[in-house]
Amino acid sequence: MKPAPFEYHAPRSLGEALDALAEAGADGKVLAGGQSLIPMLNMRLAAPAHLIDINRLTELATLDVEPGGVRVGALARHAQVERSEPVAAAQPLLRQALRLVAHPVIRNRGTVVGSLVHADPAAELPAVLALLGGSVRLARRGATRDVTAAAFFTGPMESATGPGELAVSALFPLLPARSGTAFREVARRHGDYALAGIAALVSLDDDLRITVARVACVSVGPVPVLVDVTEVCGHRPPASAGWDAAARAVQDRIEPEADIHASAGYRRHLIGVLAEQALRDAARAALDA
Amino acid sequence: MTDIAITLTVNGVVRQVEVPGRRLLSDCLRHDLGLTGTHVGCEHGVCGCCTVLLDGEPVRSCLTFAVTVDGHDITTVEGLAAPDGAMSPVQRAFAECHGLQCGFCTPGFLCTVTALLRDNPSPTGEEVLEGISGNLCRCTGYQNIVKSVHRAAEIMAEET
Ligand SMILES: Cc1cc2nc3c(=O)[nH]c(=O)nc-3n(C[C@H](O)[C@H](O)[C@H](O)COP(=O)(O)OP(=O)(O)OC[C@H]3O[C@@H](n4cnc5c(N)ncnc54)[C@H](O)[C@@H]3O)c2cc1C
Ligand code: FES
Ligand code: FES
Repeated sequence: MKPAPFEYHAPRSLGEALDALAEAGADGKVLAGGQSLIPMLNMRLAAPAHLIDINRLTELATLDVEPGGVRVGALARHAQVERSEPVAAAQPLLRQALRLVAHPVIRNRGTVVGSLVHADPAAELPAVLALLGGSVRLARRGATRDVTAAAFFTGPMESATGPGELAVSALFPLLPARSGTAFREVARRHGDYALAGIAALVSLDDDLRITVARVACVSVGPVPVLVDVTEVCGHRPPASAGWDAAARAVQDRIEPEADIHASAGYRRHLIGVLAEQALRDAARAALDA
Repeated sequence: MTDIAITLTVNGVVRQVEVPGRRLLSDCLRHDLGLTGTHVGCEHGVCGCCTVLLDGEPVRSCLTFAVTVDGHDITTVEGLAAPDGAMSPVQRAFAECHGLQCGFCTPGFLCTVTALLRDNPSPTGEEVLEGISGNLCRCTGYQNIVKSVHRAAEIMAEET
């Protein structure tokens, strides 16, 4: 299966890319790593008239640890972010999640920002952005806006990125002091999309009692499902927290669907098990932080 | 939708070719350049048969447009042997350990493993499994492929 013909654009600067996107309007699509888009073109699930290839925009291959968080440019590949020690030190959840994204060879090419725009409810990075309360920076000719994760993911494979807009970067905020994170998932085969997955964040106060306990669920809703279980866990040290009650609270908040890989009931079961494991992992990391 | 002139350095040789924007790198290598060592299985990134090295890094050639990599270096399975035709340590290990049967998946494995061992000359068992987890084989049951990777690491250590 081959892609339908399209007009190929190879801009050499951000300005050129935004011009090409503005001109193409709703007929245009951005090509980043191509690890999701090209399969869709090959299967003719998508047939845009114009493809704007951003692979020459090396100015977007940036990865910065800023006071507000880790800012990942649109051309930063998964592998580049995964390998970065400064990123792992500043925001450990990125590496924890990236190790679960596809296979190493796919990660050499796919981009973090592309994964966010693609907004697959089974993908790991949208859950990470949602859990951390991050944002995506969108540019169009003459204007830039930052969209929070809560507003960015609008449906399955749908993000707030409009026609003519380019996602130039994403911001993954840093963790508060005494915080830990974890990512747990179950997939048929390592590297496949998860049947269910959980990203968790736990923060403690100076007395090592829980002040924040939150998860984002993967593959059980149209967008990442964010659940705050701080109240359920109780303002207690991790050793005596109500993790099983928290896991049940997460199960109550999701509406999983069945497909050929798993029934809705099995997904709900997995989410409960994974939520408890991920919250415990995150609490352990918070105690070590 | 006119064709676009691109230049690729494939296995050390500069090649010029005119292709439409939608030409997959896998098809460009096989059909435009006659390098049929790169195999195509699924064309959606799942099987790994089409894996080649792009500036030294393994990538799916079926998920890459030839026009995107204009000006870059590509290594295919044809380029893994020495210029005099002597097989590389990875190729020898696959032959020695029966890491292939029909050979359909082999070019992808050879490219993937060549980069894997370059970056990590003595991988653990788990690192080997992770490294080849993106490649599918219909014939071997993987046991001999895993053995081949460890053997290749041994050969490389012996020869340096
Ligand atoms: C076999 C296989 C397994 C996979 N498994 C997983 C997995 O387990 N988890 C997971 O999360 N992903 C998985 N993926 C997808 C992979 O992670 C992709 O890399 C990622 O989803 C998309 O990033 P990309 O840069 O390749 O985007 P592309 O494929 O280039 O683009 C994807 C979409 O986003 C748009 N887009 C991309 N960048 C921008 C931008 N800067 N501005 C505006 N629009 C943009 C494109 O127009 C397109 O609609 C898998 C892929 C394969 C082939
Ligand atoms: S043909 Fe490219 S991964 Fe299967
Ligand atoms: S040797 Fe036949 S597919 Fe792997």
